[in-house]
Amino acid sequence: MERGKTMKLSIPEEELVLQGHLACQGCGATLCMRYALKALGQNTILDIPACCWSVIDGPFPHTSVKVPLFHTAFETAACAASGIRAGLDALGRKETNVVAWAGDGGTFDIGIQALSGAAERNDNIIYICYDNEAYMNTGIQRSSATPYGAWTTTTPVKHFKKMPKKDLVRIMAAHRIPYTATACVGYPEDFIKKVKKAKEIQGTTFLHIMSPCPPGWKSLPEETIKLAKLAVTTCYFPIYEIENGEKYTINKVIKNPKPVKEFLERQGRFRHLTEELIEKIQKNVIDSYNGLLKKAGLDLEVHVKE
Amino acid sequence: MKQVIMGNHALSFGAMISRVQVIAAYPITPQTQVVELLSELCADKRLDAEFIKVESEHSAMAACCGASAVGARTFTATSAQGLALMHEMIHWAVGGRLPVVLGNINRAMGPPWTIWTDQNDSLSQRDTGCLQFYAQSNQEVLDTVVQAFKVSEQILLPSMVILDAFALSHTSEVVDVPDQKLVDEYLPPFNPRYILDPKEPHTFGGLTGPDGYYELRYKIEEAIQDSKRLINETGKEFGELFGREYGLVEKYKLDDAEIVLIASSTIASTARVAIDELQEEGKKVGLLRVRVFRPFPSEEIRELLVNRKKVAVIDRNISFGHGGIFAQEIKSALYNCKDKPPIWGYITGIGGRDVTVEHIKEIVNDTIKSEKPEQDILWKGVKL
Ligand SMILES: Cc1ncc(C[n+]2csc(CCOP(=O)(O)OP(=O)(O)O)c2C)c(N)n1
Ligand code: SF4
Ligand SMILES: [Mg+2]
Repeated sequence: MERGKTMKLSIPEEELVLQGHLACQGCGATLCMRYALKALGQNTILDIPACCWSVIDGPFPHTSVKVPLFHTAFETAACAASGIRAGLDALGRKETNVVAWAGDGGTFDIGIQALSGAAERNDNIIYICYDNEAYMNTGIQRSSATPYGAWTTTTPVKHFKKMPKKDLVRIMAAHRIPYTATACVGYPEDFIKKVKKAKEIQGTTFLHIMSPCPPGWKSLPEETIKLAKLAVTTCYFPIYEIENGEKYTINKVIKNPKPVKEFLERQGRFRHLTEELIEKIQKNVIDSYNGLLKKAGLDLEVHVKE
Repeated sequence: MKQVIMGNHALSFGAMISRVQVIAAYPITPQTQVVELLSELCADKRLDAEFIKVESEHSAMAACCGASAVGARTFTATSAQGLALMHEMIHWAVGGRLPVVLGNINRAMGPPWTIWTDQNDSLSQRDTGCLQFYAQSNQEVLDTVVQAFKVSEQILLPSMVILDAFALSHTSEVVDVPDQKLVDEYLPPFNPRYILDPKEPHTFGGLTGPDGYYELRYKIEEAIQDSKRLINETGKEFGELFGREYGLVEKYKLDDAEIVLIASSTIASTARVAIDELQEEGKKVGLLRVRVFRPFPSEEIRELLVNRKKVAVIDRNISFGHGGIFAQEIKSALYNCKDKPPIWGYITGIGGRDVTVEHIKEIVNDTIKSEKPEQDILWKGVKL
């Protein structure tokens, strides 16, 4: 069968991420870029602060993306994008998408000031955060996106992370930007749809993408997609969107959540967790999911079947 | 058209007549009037530019880098703490070869909190590769913004146009704001060879090991060395078009001087009065103003100082643990010369302490009286 002619493809065929990139096997962040660029298309400028992607792209003079890429300092993803946008607008090149592409560290921590600034100004940029829940580029240190209970090199087993993950999506929604959404590399169609939607919106759009990282999570490379799907089906990482900071829509409602243990037990970073702690995490996951269902106006309460 | 304007507005009008396309800036005393006027100029369309009201100076310079990388002419302005916060991104503009022009009002660094002038903020950016022009009048502030774009865009490095807090920033002077047509003749549109363009996608600033980084640094030094020629040439061309010529240094009654006084910024303009009076008293002293600190005009310094009897340098700054920064640089420029004069390095005016004609005359007279400099640092006016 000739592809694309008789078959309707749900994912655009064009590849804008090429072979030869430097990512680890099973890297969620790389899949993330591949899908995002499929949705964005060629007329896109990327700006990337320090993160795994500043290495993944390849050493000078090589590059593995087929769009222009501006490497910028760690805390400047959003403001460098604002500058690129302003420059393009001043030169009349208004059709080009400007995408700030950063890790969780560059977004939740050091870059949050610039991100908040751009969001408050509602600059016309798409901000995509691939979240692997730690500083992976520097060797797995905790970030404020690292979840409760996780091991990292700066939250060793004896002092595993005691604070919950920062709820950045709510912070972004509080800026009342036109569009905030979560997505996951395990559900590419949903992710691509959201990037396409962001592309059509004038103003700041923020996408938070769950991106498994085998070396950082101590998981198997071949389980990246499985973990990405489990993150969603256990309600650990719900997939939803918020319009204008108010209108919540859950894009994939999980009526019968799988036990979060299924997600946790596949990752060495949670290996030290006792049954008691897993139960605590389970309760938090379900409580916050039920909270989200309420915000989305759904008359539904879920629980995990034993 | 002649106008009576403050130094800060000279910066804003300088950006306007340079037809900047993107501005990203954050307010700080004593720079605020720069951004206020630019906001107005953009609002009433006298200036057709995008103005990003960023949330910090760090973001200001990052945004300028992004805008410059797509090929827009880009301007920002700051002072002291703001400049220090920008530091990382000034390196970024240099390494990224992005010709952003930045106005800096020289203000002393805190703590303690202070808003008065000295040069430690800009001189702390010495080793970034950003060009540094120290202006002595509001006219020169405006003219230098235009010239800085012309030089920067040819060598692809950023420039800093520097003026003293209050002594220039808030002092009104008569400034000729030149005819736009004439400025357009002098300063062509920014048209860089490599930009962020989806039709010709390139990666900027990608990972580079010891194999390539070294050469990229060599290229920066080559470019900034070349800017010496360009600064003198474009300064001369400026003179032909606008009647005001500029170079790396400025000589004042220097020809027969046995003793050379070296100063920068507004201290240099005060020093001219001191030189007049001292010459009337029969003293063979002249003034050399260092206008451009980076690139450092070593050749001019050597040519003008060798065979003089004595040199006195006034520094409104201090590199703790070593001394006045202009004095250090002048000493190092002369080190390999045969008939180099001894150098007296005076520090004065730190934190905005007034530097008067009398102070400057005292510095020159002390230099005349003493046989050799007694110390590396000669403090003037410290009250302990
Ligand atoms: C100002 C500054 N501080 C620290 C660093 C070192 N650094 C580079 S990448 C990084 C972590 C990035 O983490 P994240 O944003 O989560 O991306 P990831 O590496 O996980 O892809 C750190 C700490 C830096 N480049 N700049
Ligand atoms: S460390 Fe993780 S995020 Fe970084 S390249 Fe490897 S798999 Fe991807
Ligand atoms: Mg990370």
